[in-house]
Amino acid sequence: MATKLLELKGVSMAFGGLKCVDDLDLHVDEGEIVSAIGPNGAGKTTLFNLVTGVYEPTAGEILFEGESIKGLSPHRITQRGIARTFQTLRLFLNMSVRENVMAAAYGHTKAGVLRSILRTPGMRREEREIRELAEKRLAFFGDRLMGYRWDQPAYSLSYANRRRLEIARATATNPRLLLLDEPAAGMNPKETQEITELISQLRDEGGYTILVIEHDMHVVEGISDRVIALDHGVKIAEGTFEEVATNPRVVEAYLGTGAMERK
Amino acid sequence: MTEGPRIGKDEWVARSGENIERHRLLNAADRVPGWARLVLFCLFVAAIPLVTDDGYVNVIVFDTLIFCLLAIGLNVVVGWGGLLDLGYIAFFGIGAYTYAILSSDKFDIHLTSPLVMVICVVFGALIGLLVGLPSWRLSGDYLAIVTLFVYQIFISIVTNGNDLFGVDLTGGVNGIANIDPFDLFGRGIPVSHEGIFNSNYIYLALGVFVVVFAALYLVNHSRIGRAWRALREDELAAELMGMPTDWLKLLAFAFGAAVASLTGGLFASLKVGVFPESFSLTLLITVYAMLILGGVGSQTGAVLGAVAVYVFLEALRDPDVSGWVFYIAIVLALLLVIRPRWMVAGVLAATVVFGFVVHALAGAIDDTWTTTASPEADSVTRFLDAWVVIPTSPGDSRTIAYVGLVALVLLATTVKGVWRWLALVPTLYLAAFVWENVMSEQPDVTRFVLLGAMLVGVMVTRPSGLLGERRVEIV
Repeated sequence: MATKLLELKGVSMAFGGLKCVDDLDLHVDEGEIVSAIGPNGAGKTTLFNLVTGVYEPTAGEILFEGESIKGLSPHRITQRGIARTFQTLRLFLNMSVRENVMAAAYGHTKAGVLRSILRTPGMRREEREIRELAEKRLAFFGDRLMGYRWDQPAYSLSYANRRRLEIARATATNPRLLLLDEPAAGMNPKETQEITELISQLRDEGGYTILVIEHDMHVVEGISDRVIALDHGVKIAEGTFEEVATNPRVVEAYLGTGAMERK
Repeated sequence: MTEGPRIGKDEWVARSGENIERHRLLNAADRVPGWARLVLFCLFVAAIPLVTDDGYVNVIVFDTLIFCLLAIGLNVVVGWGGLLDLGYIAFFGIGAYTYAILSSDKFDIHLTSPLVMVICVVFGALIGLLVGLPSWRLSGDYLAIVTLFVYQIFISIVTNGNDLFGVDLTGGVNGIANIDPFDLFGRGIPVSHEGIFNSNYIYLALGVFVVVFAALYLVNHSRIGRAWRALREDELAAELMGMPTDWLKLLAFAFGAAVASLTGGLFASLKVGVFPESFSLTLLITVYAMLILGGVGSQTGAVLGAVAVYVFLEALRDPDVSGWVFYIAIVLALLLVIRPRWMVAGVLAATVVFGFVVHALAGAIDDTWTTTASPEADSVTRFLDAWVVIPTSPGDSRTIAYVGLVALVLLATTVKGVWRWLALVPTLYLAAFVWENVMSEQPDVTRFVLLGAMLVGVMVTRPSGLLGERRVEIV
């Protein structure tokens, strides 16, 4: 059995009386691509916010590489090796494309204020490495984010390229686990196809384990080793894409009660 | 995957390139390497004392450098960190008082100035860390209010500091006088000798400026600078990309505070006395105006803004200069607003005719309502006196005219079509009347009014400031 990279044990998250995530057990194995699906408000993004430390769960335990990361501040969790993208894009819009990616290398670099002012050889070397890392991460996207685009501000990018840049930025933190929040949202069929291939590539060539939230079932079908369906903060199904897609509870969650009978 | 049909080829990107091309003149400044800009600026400033020994000019140069330092310090907090700090001037004051206490007869402590400067930096940075703490929980307007409160606390402490638990620390409203001039390991630099301003102070300030500018530039072009700007753009995203945002905020506050405090020490060494009213809110707003004019986030912009605003404010103390600025500003505003452009000439001509008619009528009714310039006066003065009604004893007419001008401006901006043209002519004439009778006599108020007008003008045409690097808000 593969090792569990991420594991959630009985995690609950409540805002006042509203339970967004309720007693959730979930795990992602090393090298896996897992998709989380579910209707709007099912608690998928809350799940990401819990794993990345934006929220602290009201109950339960979150383990990464076997160690608890519950209660750590988000930047520490990122430094441990979990990086994410955002459903509503959150790029550093007024910084250049390259700088967006370089900024994300903060967690695994060291040069402090004094070394930056004195421009010590170590600091210069580190700066060069960050630059090379950023260019390598951007080159992952082929000619989509190449060359002349590197020095342009992020706001000048098209919507699809912004999504790509978010992924490039997340990978610059050198993560082991990559959380992708609706990577294909708002993309046209061709771009969706590209993203599907890209996610598999990220695992195979980049070596990242991936947990992805996605609404586009073609993408989910194309990439997932395993699918987890959520509804009202509860896991209602888990298994291969076929198993989950035909699960009556999943169909009910998406289409309402009686849908199966009418069908 | 790299070779695919080019669906969704971004026209956005292409157009952005065009856009940059269009502003090539202003962006050319960006392409000049940082050090070259700095060297040019320094050569220019260093040459001024060699050209003139006019004390007034030299003091302005020194003060301009002080403002440059304040502006680039504020740029760290506001421009890079994105933290709205309204307590900034308090740190300037803290530095000045630190210098005054450690280097005057007040407590008979006379430390050497380089040491005092180091203490100013360290002490300012520590207080900055403390003041930065609220930024962990507050952002935007809320942080602004809290830091403004910190400023008020500073003012309260220094104005009541003549009896702090029985100790006279700051001299209260009387401040601390007779501060030592800058002292370089026992060799004092007198502020002036034989009544002439000692230009060594300009070189001293220039030296400090170069060191601070270079240090901040290098920090900005490092991982910390990138993290600051990421924090400004999107705090949550920055935190989730592995940047310790809480620490970065404190660091930004500490940097800003240290620069302001150091500048305060330098300021005190020349001014020989520090008083609570030297650190007014007006000063804070002026520094903000400099930064916003130059372009928030751009270090060169901050310097440019500081020089432009301060020199502008000083030049406007002279009513002749401010008169020119006023009339040129009006013509420029008309050129910006009125379409088609040739109508500007029409409006101006109509205003001139209107003026002569009003002047003739007023003169015919009562002699004392108009003034006639002596024939020796220059042609501009003679034209103005023959055109604008300048009563010998204006009395209440000034207040009425001022209120009337506001009403007319409102009218001219609300009505449409031919009525606007009709309203514009008396509005312009009344503006000239108000200028000649009210505003030109109170340069201290007027120069700030004109500064405000200039800021509005620049902001309308170039919202991100002269060299601003922030170009869009989150969409």
